[in-house]
Amino acid sequence: MGNDAKYEQLKDIIKIYLPEDVSVDHITPESNFLEELNINSANLIDIVLDVEDVFDIQLENEDMDQMQTVNDAIEIINKKISDK
Amino acid sequence: MNESIRKMDTRLILDKLPYEPPFLFVDGLDRVDEMGIEGSFTFREDMGFYKGHFKDYPITPGVILTECCAQIGLVCLGIFLMKEDKAPQNLKIGLSSSEMEFYKPVFPGERVTVTSKKIYFRFNKLKCEVRMHNANGELVCKGILAGMIKTESNG
Repeated sequence: MGNDAKYEQLKDIIKIYLPEDVSVDHITPESNFLEELNINSANLIDIVLDVEDVFDIQLENEDMDQMQTVNDAIEIINKKISDK
Repeated sequence: MNESIRKMDTRLILDKLPYEPPFLFVDGLDRVDEMGIEGSFTFREDMGFYKGHFKDYPITPGVILTECCAQIGLVCLGIFLMKEDKAPQNLKIGLSSSEMEFYKPVFPGERVTVTSKKIYFRFNKLKCEVRMHNANGELVCKGILAGMIKTESNG
């Protein structure tokens, strides 16, 4: 699966947790989850749990700390999949 | 888990609760393990909110029932789950979501029991399915609560 496909899958997960005033069109690879997409830290954890299910990977605390933008998430997903 | 360990656990948990009257809604814990917790609280007739909720018709506010569920079901369980992480100090907690349904009123003086089942506890977020029953064993309310719980030391 290429990065574009992963990005689309990730967007599908993220959009569930977007606050009402942020539309799915706001999501870009550079978007910062907390600061730009206004996702709260509790919902960011739900995003991580959904990412784990969808991509069949497991994230650790360090990954969570590093996952600030959509691109960071793609990188972590790629790393976890290649480590499997 | 033997009886004496369980007693010690519940005492330690209660000592670490970051609340005090008039906003403490836990009297005691009956059971706790990795998967869930059970505790109780009696709503005393002299509690302040009965003066205003409602005028001349005191009934426990739903938000207070939710708070009681959260203090027992999320905070007490969270403290237990974090104990592996050394003793929680400078506990920082916050409710992140609540979705509750209410079935029976709770009147002044009633004792309720809260049971909570862990859905998950990851990255400092605890999500639980909670239920509150009255002294007759009737379901008062139930729902899904989630909160963030962490200590100063782990970020």
